[in-house]
Amino acid sequence: MNKDFIGESLDRVDGRLKVTGAAKYSGEYKPAGLTYGVLVPATITSGILNAIDTKAALRASGVIAVITPFNAPKVPGYQPDAPRPMKGLKLFNDNKIHFNGQPVALVIADTFERATHAASLIKCKYERQSFATNFHENMETNSKPAGEQHKEYVRGEANAYKSAPFIVEESYTLPSEMHNPMELHVTTAIWDGDDKVTLYTKSQGVISSQRAIATAFNLEQKNVQINSHFVGGAFGSSLRTWPHEIAAVQAARMVKRPVRVTLTREQMFLLVGYRPLTVQKIGIGATADGKLVGITHESFSQTATYEDFTERSVNVSRFLYASPNANTRYKIVPLNVGVPAPMRGPGEATGAYALESALDELSYKLNIDPIELRLKNYADVNPETNLPWSSKYLKECYQQGAARIGWDKRAQKPGTNRDGEWLVGYGMGGGAFGAYRGKTQARIILSADGTVVIKSATSDIGPGTATAMVVIAADRLGLSADKITFELGNSALPVAPTQGGSSTVSSVGSAVNDVCVALKQKLYNLSGKPENSTDPIDYTNVLQQHNLPSLELTTESDVNPDAKKYAMYSFSAHFVQVYVHPVTGVVKIKKVVAVVDGGKIINMKTASSQMIGGAVGGIGMAMTEEAVIDDRYGKYINSNFADYHVPVNADIPQIEAIFIDKPDPVLNPLGTKGIGEISLIGVAPAVANAVYNATGRRIREMPITPDKILKG
Amino acid sequence: MKQFEYVKAGSTQGVINALAQPGTKIIAGGTNLVDLMKRGVTAPDKLVDITHLPLKDITATSGRLHIGTLALNSIVSENSLVQKKQPLLSMALKAGASPQLRNMATVGGNMMQRTRCGYFYDTTLPCNKRQPESGCGAKEGYNRMHAIFGTSEKCIAVHPSDMCVALAALDTTVIIAGKKGERKLAFTDFHKLPGDTPELDNHLAKDEIILGIEIPDNNFADHSYYLKIRDRQSYAFALVSVAVALDISNGVIRSARLAMGGVAHKPWRLYDAEKALAGKQPSVPLFEQIARGAMQGAKAYQHNEFKINLASNAVIQALKVASGLVPA
Repeated sequence: MNKDFIGESLDRVDGRLKVTGAAKYSGEYKPAGLTYGVLVPATITSGILNAIDTKAALRASGVIAVITPFNAPKVPGYQPDAPRPMKGLKLFNDNKIHFNGQPVALVIADTFERATHAASLIKCKYERQSFATNFHENMETNSKPAGEQHKEYVRGEANAYKSAPFIVEESYTLPSEMHNPMELHVTTAIWDGDDKVTLYTKSQGVISSQRAIATAFNLEQKNVQINSHFVGGAFGSSLRTWPHEIAAVQAARMVKRPVRVTLTREQMFLLVGYRPLTVQKIGIGATADGKLVGITHESFSQTATYEDFTERSVNVSRFLYASPNANTRYKIVPLNVGVPAPMRGPGEATGAYALESALDELSYKLNIDPIELRLKNYADVNPETNLPWSSKYLKECYQQGAARIGWDKRAQKPGTNRDGEWLVGYGMGGGAFGAYRGKTQARIILSADGTVVIKSATSDIGPGTATAMVVIAADRLGLSADKITFELGNSALPVAPTQGGSSTVSSVGSAVNDVCVALKQKLYNLSGKPENSTDPIDYTNVLQQHNLPSLELTTESDVNPDAKKYAMYSFSAHFVQVYVHPVTGVVKIKKVVAVVDGGKIINMKTASSQMIGGAVGGIGMAMTEEAVIDDRYGKYINSNFADYHVPVNADIPQIEAIFIDKPDPVLNPLGTKGIGEISLIGVAPAVANAVYNATGRRIREMPITPDKILKG
Repeated sequence: MKQFEYVKAGSTQGVINALAQPGTKIIAGGTNLVDLMKRGVTAPDKLVDITHLPLKDITATSGRLHIGTLALNSIVSENSLVQKKQPLLSMALKAGASPQLRNMATVGGNMMQRTRCGYFYDTTLPCNKRQPESGCGAKEGYNRMHAIFGTSEKCIAVHPSDMCVALAALDTTVIIAGKKGERKLAFTDFHKLPGDTPELDNHLAKDEIILGIEIPDNNFADHSYYLKIRDRQSYAFALVSVAVALDISNGVIRSARLAMGGVAHKPWRLYDAEKALAGKQPSVPLFEQIARGAMQGAKAYQHNEFKINLASNAVIQALKVASGLVPA
């Protein structure tokens, strides 16, 4: 035994369940008496719902009830006098319409099809009010500061870049990008009496879902049971408990039967957040030898009228490069749209797109290789806080990525490298994302047969959480992986943070590490061996000797108090080779190399899969994804998979993931930093920069479609 | 979705009889019809399933290739007779939809698919095609995917098919059956421009059924190319597409066929370009001249002006590849 598991490639422990269909997702639980809820969308974009005619729907076959703002029992947590009033849209709590498609009713029937049909029979009377959905028209005139957490930032002198001999002043636009996980958002709610409820719901955090439902219905937290055993992708769209989930619980209480609410794909564009449309203005200036003088980064992004959403889109410009002067400003533009939500690499992915594009533009003005320009301005400490990095191997990322993509074949002069008719270009983009860790509990149970079960209320939205935890436990306990099971996705398990911010391995992995170490220690103590002995012991023998049927331990692991003294980030550099056809405007991404300093890598195989998935998301951002609103109606006009283009296999080239794989000494005992977000950050600018290198055409509005390549 | 009756057709005549009853529609692969029903765009009372009728054959007889209406898009695209005699059709089919859809979609269904205009699909927005006299949402709306040729005040939608663009170029004939027996129609006369009746996509009567298509043999096999330009490399409708078939011997174009997709309410055949190519030697300057001519009369809207330039470039590129000046 005692094999060193960390960094090996273990197959997903639940891979077989997933590919055979045996994995049970939240929409697949069918409790006795299950009913189906279908949401009815408002067909106006702003105004008042004055009346709703549900008679025809109630007469339709199989219909049990229709919930509207006029008959819905009040959700206690929605009320202003609640101990902790909930934020955001309060479905059926009042009759105000904030955006097109906002649900005005929930039809409950005995089948999904009958509920869907009955939903089409609902008639509404509205008082229409004026609305705004056009971001560009409202950006300057109707924006507002993004709040206390996003105050203006000035280091040195504001707008110092203007005094530099070489400057770039440009604006970069990212359209709204929808999460669009394959699995639709779904919630099944089952009440047990009037004070206990169980949910099967798509969630990135079963504990936070538990708290939200308990708050909403004024229940004891322990009386709310949240299950989210498998999640078919979320990307940030299941970080919070959405109004339709609360509506499902409300409905189940009203009809006294279990209710399942599944969103349609169209509703996925409206009710579960998205990466908001953002316009960023960058001013950046340098001396002739490529030393940055200043960076000014101003960001405007879309939010809802009923709730502010903010993210750290400008922050990356404060710390990624050692510029003596930097200032940032962030404003939000409230529109009659659904509220955005964090989406993979939230903030940084948006900010890095603008910063890394501007830096590329500057490199051509200076006639300095883009990598060299970055090295000239390499930040050895965090310039925002002056704290040392806990670890930073971004230089190594640049070097390895350049070698693997064939950077030496890049032409410094754009539009000069050809392969037949095709123009060939190379581009790169870097990024950083904070490395986090949260307080986490884990329980371990060693059984007499030598198997181990570890439990923690974390989630798996796709990265392979259980697989990574099994690797850690196998390594720490010196057991083979098939003896170890990891349980997650249930709020009754020991408390763990929500899966987000690339922090799961750091938080939960540390807890698994600690509980395994504690168990091993206890077994050594029981065996009579000295505390620091390295002699192997047979765990089952120890149990037998002490007549123990099993041994169970629960520990809690918290953040390293020294962490405050460091700036902790994962870093990445993405390299892209593109072919662009000058006649048809077709862009083919030929190769992507993703190099990441994410600290120690626990499981190479699933980590590589995460890197590939993130790069695919970045390619979508760069090449295909754009949610479009018709501002006359205030309505999305491409809210389906045929018209909203997520990348398909044919768009995706070979993606090579390379890990620096050096442990971070501060964040956690495993040396990990996190890779979920950083896998996407920097991809879109790398693509746009490669397209410029190929064609000499700088596209500052994503996605890069053939029409933009050929334009003027 | 409204409740509807579902029956399996016993025979072609049975289908024709069933279609006499209003509210009855044929279903085959269902790859478009089911979407339309789910979105409430269409709500038939009765569906007649024809998938088991013996109309799947692909045969070569007396100078013609016959393809039954129920032949699957995937089967047709991989069929050796099609690949040998009409490679343009195979290329166009493979450029369409996704493998999963092509495995369900039939030739007749492909011809009958409705536009993918977002305003047509959203029952809360105006659309003259879905709801006559309700207005055209696209004309002043988001019209990036819309037509630049043959539009009317009432409709600027495009026909979404790739297969039909190739069939229009290949002088195909459509075989149709109705109450009065069988009739034949030139493929280029099957679909129609929107005019004042955008609710009608084609000239098939409500009680008629497509039995199949016939493509006359030709000398285009060595110089055929289907170029599709789209926002992603698979499962996306054409921004523009071009079907080119050339008969070249001794370095001279003897005869040419050209049609464009993604630019009009029907496959847009370029007759003048075909005439201008005949008797000439392939060259880039010639193709540039042809492309310029092909764009005569193009009319753009707010978001689709790029299509004029893109379509022109696509004609040039498709001709270059088909004539062998450059590799595909």
